[in-house]
Amino acid sequence: MFLKLLFRNVFRHKLRTLLTILGISVAILAFGLLRTVISAWYAGVEASSSSRLITRNAISLIFSLPVSYKEKIRSVDGVKTVSYGNWFGGIYIEEKNFFANFAIEPRSYFELYPEYVLSEEEASAFFRDRKGFVAGYKLANRFGWKIGDTVSLRGTIFPGNWDFVLRGIYRGKDKTSDDNQFFFHWDYLNETMKKTIPRRADQVGFYIVGLKNQDIAAEASVAVDKLFRNSNAETLTETEKSFQMSFVTMSEALLTVIQLVSYVIIVIIMAVVANTMAMSVRERMGEYAVFKTLGFGGRYLAFLILGESLALTAMGGLTGILFTFPAASAFGKAVGQFFPVFHVSVETILLDISAAFLVGIVAAMIPVWRVVQVRIADGLGRIG
Amino acid sequence: MNILFFYSLRNLLTRRLTTALTALGMALVVFVFASIIMLAEGLQKTLVDTGRYDNVVVIRKSAVTEVQSGIDRFQAAVVETLPEISLGIDGKRLVAKEMVVLITIEKKDSNSRANVVIRGISEASLPLRPQVKLIAGHMPRPGSFEIIVGKNIASGFRSAGLGETLVFGMRSWKVTGIFEAGSTGYSSEIWGDVNQLMPAFRRPVYSSVLLNLSKSEDFETVKSSIQNDPRLTLEAKRETVYYREQSEAMATFLRILGTSLTIIFSIGAVVGAMITMYAAVASRTGEIGTLRALGFRRTTILFAFLFESLLLGLLGGLTGLFLASFLQFLTVSTTNFQTFSELAFSFMLTPGIVVKSLIFSLMMGFAGGVLPAFRASRLNIIAALREG
Repeated sequence: MFLKLLFRNVFRHKLRTLLTILGISVAILAFGLLRTVISAWYAGVEASSSSRLITRNAISLIFSLPVSYKEKIRSVDGVKTVSYGNWFGGIYIEEKNFFANFAIEPRSYFELYPEYVLSEEEASAFFRDRKGFVAGYKLANRFGWKIGDTVSLRGTIFPGNWDFVLRGIYRGKDKTSDDNQFFFHWDYLNETMKKTIPRRADQVGFYIVGLKNQDIAAEASVAVDKLFRNSNAETLTETEKSFQMSFVTMSEALLTVIQLVSYVIIVIIMAVVANTMAMSVRERMGEYAVFKTLGFGGRYLAFLILGESLALTAMGGLTGILFTFPAASAFGKAVGQFFPVFHVSVETILLDISAAFLVGIVAAMIPVWRVVQVRIADGLGRIG
Repeated sequence: MNILFFYSLRNLLTRRLTTALTALGMALVVFVFASIIMLAEGLQKTLVDTGRYDNVVVIRKSAVTEVQSGIDRFQAAVVETLPEISLGIDGKRLVAKEMVVLITIEKKDSNSRANVVIRGISEASLPLRPQVKLIAGHMPRPGSFEIIVGKNIASGFRSAGLGETLVFGMRSWKVTGIFEAGSTGYSSEIWGDVNQLMPAFRRPVYSSVLLNLSKSEDFETVKSSIQNDPRLTLEAKRETVYYREQSEAMATFLRILGTSLTIIFSIGAVVGAMITMYAAVASRTGEIGTLRALGFRRTTILFAFLFESLLLGLLGGLTGLFLASFLQFLTVSTTNFQTFSELAFSFMLTPGIVVKSLIFSLMMGFAGGVLPAFRASRLNIIAALREG
């Protein structure tokens, strides 16, 4: 009886119910998208491993380190593999085609990043060709590159036009991997620098240090930095996770804004649902008075209203969550250059559900209070 | 006709809770709408104000920012001799060879670090930027390890206050002055003598050459003489253009974010207004019938309900703007993706944004009210009277 009454009430005003559900689903959709934007920001952190360290120049990222540090770093206890690279910052045709491009030492780099899966033939083809490059499959798809294609980048940090030949397309092992990157031989960069700007040759932007076991990360970082203290290029070594995290904190302010905005939408929809419930309850005040006369307690009526509110938000929330997936994939395509990794996480869905639940409860509060408080005579005498 | 408008007004007052909730929904949407364009506006104003129209920035070809650029001493010397450069009050040519690099220093309030622009300046750097004013201490003496910091740096970063010492480039640098540069990007920079900073960072090259034109229209001449000189691999840009380009990506990002958010959010608020207005029409069916019987026309009824909804929208819009106007006291400090350096800017409320927000809120009111108003105007007199 209770449930039947509840659902009859929900669908009494079909148009109003429909509109409210529409409002809730749009809000939950927006909330889910914003949460996904935030988690996309942290994608680099998610994908990083704590058994890898990043060593860079202590002054800032734009300063380089001599390539000769490699052997010294390798001598530190617990270090297994050392790779290195440079942020190249090349532009493909136009600035808006932004993607990350790195000059790296290929063999050790792919050894350190087993999550970038490259077939054996492609890997050896890439290793052999000094002018070769590999791209993530999303990046290759975005520009329609095929194996054997020549791609030219305009250097912003390293002047000139640079030609590369696509030798392989890698695929990330899991969803958090960044499949939008571009890697080429550090040797190609270095040989060219030796000819054009000799003072910038034999310099690397960062070292990636693979550890034998991740428990010694802290000691190993200190040991590496100690090696180069008081040298011309002091180093700063930290785990890959905290390195990536430093990028996130740089745009902390923006992140906070987006976070706040995602809560604002919840408040907006709370106002809408609370309004719907307040109106419905006001119209039915007479009926509730009759219920009270018949002997139904305040608690019964409270659950009736709360249930109605929750049923509304549950339907709206469900629709919103269902639409989040297609919307996120469309949005992810549109902002691919800002966020290489964009997918809806389980956590986001859970947050969606709890937000909908919260809205349902808060929206029912004032109406419930009114109904419980109202005296039978007042309720009966009231005109909707 | 007037009576009906009072009728609408009184109705909003009578159903206070519903009116407040609906207006609150719209107010929040307007708040978000206004705050994000205010942020984009503030960012652009900051970077546009940083440049002067008759100043020219010379950087290496295809470098987008000063930090990426490198100009060796010989090339810088060639640029310095251009005849179009103006003379300062002391009779010296207004041209500055500068070095710009990023250093990572710690923020005051959190343990996070940020990249900050450090600019090696020459004698003409200050006269070239009249918006920069020293507000405390003195300029760095040439040849000394002294630096001055922008006021956002002094307030936001650890050990960057007057008289304190920053350590970078294997040396200690004493902060001898604080400068203010209005709402420009310079307020987030650190300045020191270029001839001391270059060896400290072991960079034998300058980053940029900044010069002032004696006649602003000479820009094309300067540009072509730099680009056509086979000894130079440089590019000249007006300072205003240079800084506008640096804010483009971030401003675009903010605008896209703002627009898509408000479109989605406004659906929620419009739905809220629609629910309220449909309920208003439904509960007043009898009254509408009476009004029609008294001789009020369908169009008058339509306008009365539309007016009520527009009023609701306006109320929301004004509340939202009122809330958003307080944001002007806030300063946001974040990393500009394009230059990779820290930049502080504030929310800016312009008359244009006020107008846009109000139009937007009226549009929401209209969208929410138009269908219910049509329903009200199309009610059959007899049926409406009977129902009431």
